[in-house]
Amino acid sequence: MAAVATCGTGAGSTGSVVAAGSKNHVTSFQRRGPRASGSDSSYSRLVSIAGTRPSVRNGQLLVSTGLPALDQLLGGGLAVGTVLLIEEDKYNIYSSLLFKYFLAEGIINGHTLLVASAKEDPADILQELPAPLLDDNFKKDFDEEACNHKTAESNIKMKIAWRYQLLPKMEAGPVSSSRFGHYYDASKKMPQELIEASKWHGFFFPEKSSSTLNIEPCSLTHGYIKLLQFIQNIIYEEGFDGSNPQKKQKNILRIGIQNLGSPLWGDDICCTENGNSHSLTKFLYVLRGLLRTSLSACMITMPTHLIQNKAIISRVTNLSDTVVGLESFIGSERETNPLYKDYHGLIHIRQIPRLNNLIYDVSDVKDLAFKLKRKLFTIEFLHTNTDRVNTEKTFITSDFRVIHVF
Amino acid sequence: RSFWKGSLASASSVSTTWTELREGLGKLTLLCDANTDGSFLVHHFLSFYLKANCKVCFVALIQSFSHYNIVGQKLGVSLTVARECGQLVFLEGLKSSVDVFFRAQAEPHPLQFLREANAENLQPLYEFVREALKPVDDGEAAWRCPVLLVDDLSVLLSLGMGAVAVLDFIHYCRATVCWERKGNIVALVHDSGDTEDEENNILLNGLSHQSHLILRAEGLATGFCRDVHGQLRILWRTPSQPTTQRDQSLTYQYKIQDKSVSFFAKGMSPAVL
Repeated sequence: MAAVATCGTGAGSTGSVVAAGSKNHVTSFQRRGPRASGSDSSYSRLVSIAGTRPSVRNGQLLVSTGLPALDQLLGGGLAVGTVLLIEEDKYNIYSSLLFKYFLAEGIINGHTLLVASAKEDPADILQELPAPLLDDNFKKDFDEEACNHKTAESNIKMKIAWRYQLLPKMEAGPVSSSRFGHYYDASKKMPQELIEASKWHGFFFPEKSSSTLNIEPCSLTHGYIKLLQFIQNIIYEEGFDGSNPQKKQKNILRIGIQNLGSPLWGDDICCTENGNSHSLTKFLYVLRGLLRTSLSACMITMPTHLIQNKAIISRVTNLSDTVVGLESFIGSERETNPLYKDYHGLIHIRQIPRLNNLIYDVSDVKDLAFKLKRKLFTIEFLHTNTDRVNTEKTFITSDFRVIHVF
Repeated sequence: RSFWKGSLASASSVSTTWTELREGLGKLTLLCDANTDGSFLVHHFLSFYLKANCKVCFVALIQSFSHYNIVGQKLGVSLTVARECGQLVFLEGLKSSVDVFFRAQAEPHPLQFLREANAENLQPLYEFVREALKPVDDGEAAWRCPVLLVDDLSVLLSLGMGAVAVLDFIHYCRATVCWERKGNIVALVHDSGDTEDEENNILLNGLSHQSHLILRAEGLATGFCRDVHGQLRILWRTPSQPTTQRDQSLTYQYKIQDKSVSFFAKGMSPAVL
């Protein structure tokens, strides 16, 4: 049921793709048919865009982040018109992997990409994208393993804690359907023909820094102004905001911005505590304005661990929609902690937006860990290993979700 | 249907406050959230004042119009209808910021400061509010008291304005909306807690001293809970009275649901009893 209204009547907003903004409210659950009050200009056709689905909670149009497990944790996916901020892990290993998954998902779905970086040439980034696992055999193995894990434990009848027998079994990790979102093999590269067939725009800051500005200098740094202009230009030229009469766009623009806030962008918030404290936040605000009025979704990775002024981090969080923090165990004392020995790091879901709603879907379990296992990036609920060792004596297994013993 | 379900609705002191707010006696209500999302309070006041037939000027800086509209419909108001008939003047910050930033405007725009390197004050925004809430002279059935609603003021700090400029803006708005027109102001400010956001603390403290009513939504100190989303502290103040008189305060815990919020005394969540 991936039906959505096109935003043909001018700028809509996050909710407007599924619920038309200006005059009439069209949700994806509306019957097709003649509109009672509709004039021709506000007639909207229900079309489906590849790689999107409406949210179960509020009809919001969602795209996949490239990691089905992460989609599940974010309430189904990344909402079109919003920003996903990834707080980079210390050496930017896993966050750049997430960045690549996001772009790879765009290529597989035929979305237009906009890749912005101050460190790597976008063409090089695209060459490094992981290959999709379209092979059904591998997916079967992966699902089987998850099933074996479940059946072994369901056979144990609880004798003492029998009340807990009735509790639903807890999954090892978030479960997802494979039709929306794909799995990727981190050890193989995306086939060249897929990259060439895709539509993408690259913004490599060192190349663009010399051209002239046509916006008066405000407190934004040069790099951010140029990036905003570039994004706005693409959105307008390619019709993602519905305002260009020549272009009727029915596709999603995936914007990926790498290492935003790092000194390579000309911003000094990672170097000094009294840096330009408004540049980044102003950038995020205008960016979000652009996203809300177009068919686009954006992932930003930011080295927040380097930002000296902590107040900026909280402002940046308030100005982003979804915020996910990655903490890798490399080089930290947690690396040798036996609790974490199966994992490569922790994922913190710091913020999920409440779009068009008073409430939101949030997982009950807050302790999430990730690992790069057999070429796949998986996210699991963290639990103690003693659960698996004693299966006869103790019945406080990983199914009993309330206990987290550290 | 009442937005406030549970014990909160029956407290008599609260119902007096709602009457005062509805009648418009020049009150400044400060909404504050710490470690949680206090936006449900903004949605409540928006629907409350629209249902009470007040003229509302909503400076919505943080979300789009359709977001507030969809939530408003769950609470029983249609922002589209209110805007069309002139009851609601809506400044959609996100959409307007794109217009202001990329195109030079002929006339001063309320969000003019986005284009400027060192904007001194928020005068264009104040002019916008004053124009929006000015009395209508044509003798039509007038709306009840004018109301200014801002979501949220902390964003103005992120956009380059200093705390003093924002406090000045509220001061001017109070002079016009509260004193001159006997209306109310409701504004949300985030409490940044221990993140050393000096400017935000100045703004929060400054506004706290001027407010008649402070509603503070806090996350639970013990962390996330599925059945209790947070704690709401209500503080009634009389800024003009000498401080020897104690301010009255109440604390409730709450759980947000799809179309309402239910309140209960601390420790009395239905999930626990």
